[in-house]
Amino acid sequence: MDAILLQVLNGIDKGSAYALIALGLTLIFGTLGVVNFAHGALFMLGAFVAVTVGKILDISKITIDPERLDFLGNPAKIRTPYVTEWFGDFGYWLIEWSVLVSVVVAIPVMVLIGIIMERGLIKHFYNRPHADQILVTFGLAIVLQNIIKAVYGANPIPQSAPDLLQGSVDFGVLVGMTKDTVIYPLWRLVYFIFSMVLIGGVFAFLRFTTFGMVVRAGMADRETVGLLGINIDRRFTIMFGVAAAVAGLAGVMYTPISPPNYPMGMDFLVLSFVVVVVGGMGSLPGAVLAGFLLGIIESFASMPLIKDAIAAIGLPAIDQIIIYLIAVIVLLVRPRGLMGKTGIMEE
Amino acid sequence: MTLMRDRTLLIIFTLFVLAAPLIFAPTGAAYPDLLQRFAIYGIFAIGFNILFGLTGYLSFGHAAFLGVGSYAAVWMFKLLSMNILPALLLSVLIAGLFSLVVGYISLRRSGIYFSILTLALAQMSYVLAYSVLTPLTNGETGLQLRLDDPRILDAAGPEGFLPSTNLFGLEMREVFWSPTVFGYDLQFNWGYYVSAVMLILSFWISIRIFRSPFGLMLRAIKTNQTRLKYTGVSTRPYTLAAFVISGMFAGLAGGLLASMDPLAGAERMQWTVGGEVVLMVVLGGMGTLIGPVLGAVFIKYFENIFSKINDSVLQGWFAFMPGWLDNFFVTIVSPFVGKGWGLTLGALFMIVVIFLPGGLVDGAKRIGRKITGADRRAAKVESK
Amino acid sequence: MSRLIMNRRGLLKTGAAVGAGMAMPTVLTAGGHGYANAPTGSTVTLGFNVPQSGPYADEGADELRAYYLAVKHLNGEGDGGMMNTFSSKELQGTGILGRKVEYVTGDTQTKSDAARASAQSMIQKDGAVMITGGSSSGVAVAVQALCQEAGIIFMAGLTHSNDTTGKDKKANGFRHFFNSYMSGAALAPVLENAYGNDRVAYHLTADYNWGWTTQESVQAATEAKGWTTVANVLTPLTATDFSSYIAPVLNSGADVLVLNHYGGNMINSLTSAVQFGLRDKLVNDKNFEIVVPLYSRLMARGAGENVKGIYGSTNWHWSLQDEGSKAFVQSFGEEYGFPPSQAAHTVYCQTLLYADACERAGTHQPCAVVEALEGFDFDGLGNGPTHYRAEDHQCFKDVLVVRGKENPTSEFDLLEIVEVTPRAQVEYPADHPMFAGGALGNCNNG
Repeated sequence: MDAILLQVLNGIDKGSAYALIALGLTLIFGTLGVVNFAHGALFMLGAFVAVTVGKILDISKITIDPERLDFLGNPAKIRTPYVTEWFGDFGYWLIEWSVLVSVVVAIPVMVLIGIIMERGLIKHFYNRPHADQILVTFGLAIVLQNIIKAVYGANPIPQSAPDLLQGSVDFGVLVGMTKDTVIYPLWRLVYFIFSMVLIGGVFAFLRFTTFGMVVRAGMADRETVGLLGINIDRRFTIMFGVAAAVAGLAGVMYTPISPPNYPMGMDFLVLSFVVVVVGGMGSLPGAVLAGFLLGIIESFASMPLIKDAIAAIGLPAIDQIIIYLIAVIVLLVRPRGLMGKTGIMEE
Repeated sequence: MTLMRDRTLLIIFTLFVLAAPLIFAPTGAAYPDLLQRFAIYGIFAIGFNILFGLTGYLSFGHAAFLGVGSYAAVWMFKLLSMNILPALLLSVLIAGLFSLVVGYISLRRSGIYFSILTLALAQMSYVLAYSVLTPLTNGETGLQLRLDDPRILDAAGPEGFLPSTNLFGLEMREVFWSPTVFGYDLQFNWGYYVSAVMLILSFWISIRIFRSPFGLMLRAIKTNQTRLKYTGVSTRPYTLAAFVISGMFAGLAGGLLASMDPLAGAERMQWTVGGEVVLMVVLGGMGTLIGPVLGAVFIKYFENIFSKINDSVLQGWFAFMPGWLDNFFVTIVSPFVGKGWGLTLGALFMIVVIFLPGGLVDGAKRIGRKITGADRRAAKVESK
Repeated sequence: MSRLIMNRRGLLKTGAAVGAGMAMPTVLTAGGHGYANAPTGSTVTLGFNVPQSGPYADEGADELRAYYLAVKHLNGEGDGGMMNTFSSKELQGTGILGRKVEYVTGDTQTKSDAARASAQSMIQKDGAVMITGGSSSGVAVAVQALCQEAGIIFMAGLTHSNDTTGKDKKANGFRHFFNSYMSGAALAPVLENAYGNDRVAYHLTADYNWGWTTQESVQAATEAKGWTTVANVLTPLTATDFSSYIAPVLNSGADVLVLNHYGGNMINSLTSAVQFGLRDKLVNDKNFEIVVPLYSRLMARGAGENVKGIYGSTNWHWSLQDEGSKAFVQSFGEEYGFPPSQAAHTVYCQTLLYADACERAGTHQPCAVVEALEGFDFDGLGNGPTHYRAEDHQCFKDVLVVRGKENPTSEFDLLEIVEVTPRAQVEYPADHPMFAGGALGNCNNG
């Protein structure tokens, strides 16, 4: 029981990352009709916004301490971050909560990156075949990766969660089980709640605002909305920015879970495409649902018990291929995915 | 008319390929290993172009066939003989069978769904080859020859040495002639010429397919599949045939890679390698005859030559300048070469996709047109 | 074209140790000197083949720094580094055999294919007489096999799998770095002292050769001390989130978790394990502990706070206080401003060892170099008295057991040495079952 609950938690946690990326991918596809292979790179850029904020907060005044020696036997340099020098305790608080500072910073930065991407590049590809869109965004992803590698190196850079949110909680006790059976990292729970809020926010935005209504109308029938004299292009551009921000925020919040490095976007890219396809191309609820579903299935597949049982019937290492296997089965049995419409992108 | 043009193209191509050790000498790429790679990845790209260029089906999974071909070839070297002929035959056969299975499954869908199906199947092959299939693939370290392999057809060689791959006695790694021409030390190598002959053959087959009714049908599928279906044509057999043909080309390329250098690693099956062949075809010009080969040469050149330009080489280049200017240029250029070669390649790739939808071939045509004025006919010597 | 001329002129002009990036091919078949790529002019070219893209690119960058430093020292520039403390006194700072040392570099991308392509270009185009480098066992084994066939010496960089000098050993290849078996043998007594001899271990193992050999070695060594192993779960190489593998550990009855992971895998799995509160748990009335068999400083840096107090083994660490280590840290630190990593140390040693073997053999001829290195005993390179065993070309030397430092004073001061395990304790017979199944074969002159 406790083992199952743990894997459910792991699943929804993984799933929330998948869902966030897939949501952004589907937004772009649904509004602009563009297959964006650079979406994983946006996730990665978000994570590196957090790294950058951390580095900026850590810019330090260097003083020489003659008492202590460094590894070469020279007087040691003592670093005091300027923010603590200027703001005192508030500075320490900023450094401590740098992940949340990054969230605040990442929203405008990622929206801007998204808008620049759309206006500068994607715009010119609306009327080109999907293959061209895939290729040019794939190229963009390579370029973005290499820029990040040139600036930050290849080694993962750890980002810690605020002290208050580090460590783990006894989740079992919360749901009325015995003590010490289901212990779960606090930050992962924060990640889950954060993504629920974000997903809810995007849905509410689309459903309850006039802007969102127009966008939804545009997704359904771009031409008619355009004929009504509404500047749908501008709204779509903004939606691209929103999608970029969703991916970026997913990246920022992910940094305490997995220290970011430059190829992380590509790792998520293939997965998120699988999620989108399983959920159904162009369906926002489908993307979210599939994200959670795949996360949970993947978690269960990696339980030793299940792994061994499946290996016994002749399918070893099921945890390594389960995601792809599901993608293949869904595509063959129900090509429109869980909640998609038939016929989308079948050219 | 087309026939004549094709014949001219084939002859020019053949001459170029045969003279490659001389032609590439000034570029620093004229050493056997890289020339072999040019030819082999050229074959891979030519095959991929038959699927992608003609039918428009974008597969991200062709790396799996390349890998399977390599494994098959190395197993032949281990068990049967170091002669590359049986190895190549088995590579093509196994890759053909494997692509038949993969193609049969994934061609049930089209568009992006097809791409993701091939991607998923290839990734599955890769992770399995890396881990659980290790008895068959030797996993991380790659399948390689050992001193105690049976090699039942071969006579025992000298004790303690691995035999080398050969074609009826012609050793693949042997440089049979190394003259000095115009100050360049040239290396003529059997391995390259075997690959070159295969490349020319592949090129010829590709021309034949492009001009055949079958090729026409494939193009019709790309243009408007729905209309074809309404007229009662079942397109699946045609696309499946194209898929298997391209898979066999990939298998041949994989087998040749193993013949030149008898090692087969699992990374060869990763989807990024499958992505690389897409880049090759698009860079060169998809749907053209010569484009894929150009793209393959371009990318392999970058990977092997640009990645070796380090700061001290750059300092050598700019040494004629005054010190400060020298350092300035080294600082400017160095992020784009050496460890930054990926950045340059990605950027160039984007530029080609954005500005030259027809790839390098398209670019060459445009330049040609500029030079000869607006005379389109003269510029249209190219494949189409 | 004009570039090329510039290049060649530049080469002559600067006269520094300049790589021959786009220079012309050099003759390479076994020519008049009877071996491949015999140097003819006043220079000799070495090939430094390291990962410059992919997940280990930073490790590769550190290796390159050490190579540049070694070339400087060999050519008589700089302070000489470990050449001054090296027990063999053949190297005089006049290059190798009087020839100035030049180098070419390449990118292995941590893929055997790319690594072999890069090595081939060094051999066929640049006329490199020795190839060295690498930051993973798959690549090391692949390039070692290539060098064997081409008749070139291969001096392995960071490669820890038993196979490199076990079932995949080659006559032309040499490894200075330690291996999985040694990690297990060095760790087990320290773990016994620290955690007792009735521990129950749970292994998470990266699902490929290196992971398996490491797991096998650590399990055997700890079980010999009385530990039991409750489970060994294989994890996908491509995994980035290990939560679903960590969670079952909690209730498995194990009280030690062994992470047979390297690089990004290790950083992510350790981060997850610590976040799951494993280290705050009491199991069987004992504190739950985590062990990482192979440590590197870059990994420790990637895992940040989470490495504190966690045991592992390493080939070398810059805080060692012997003369050799001090000299190396001094000259590396002066040059680059931070201390060298173990990867940098091992490749620096390998370069000096190769150069010294050539001096002693009086030639670059591979078979003579092999003979000079086989059974060679030396000291002063930071690991104490060291022996290059003739049977499998593996170096035998002390192994360091380290622990993540509780109060690091800088971003490089992450590990502290717990014990220097003496060489005798990590030695094994050449026909040990974990290393069985291969043969060196004959040395190849090309």
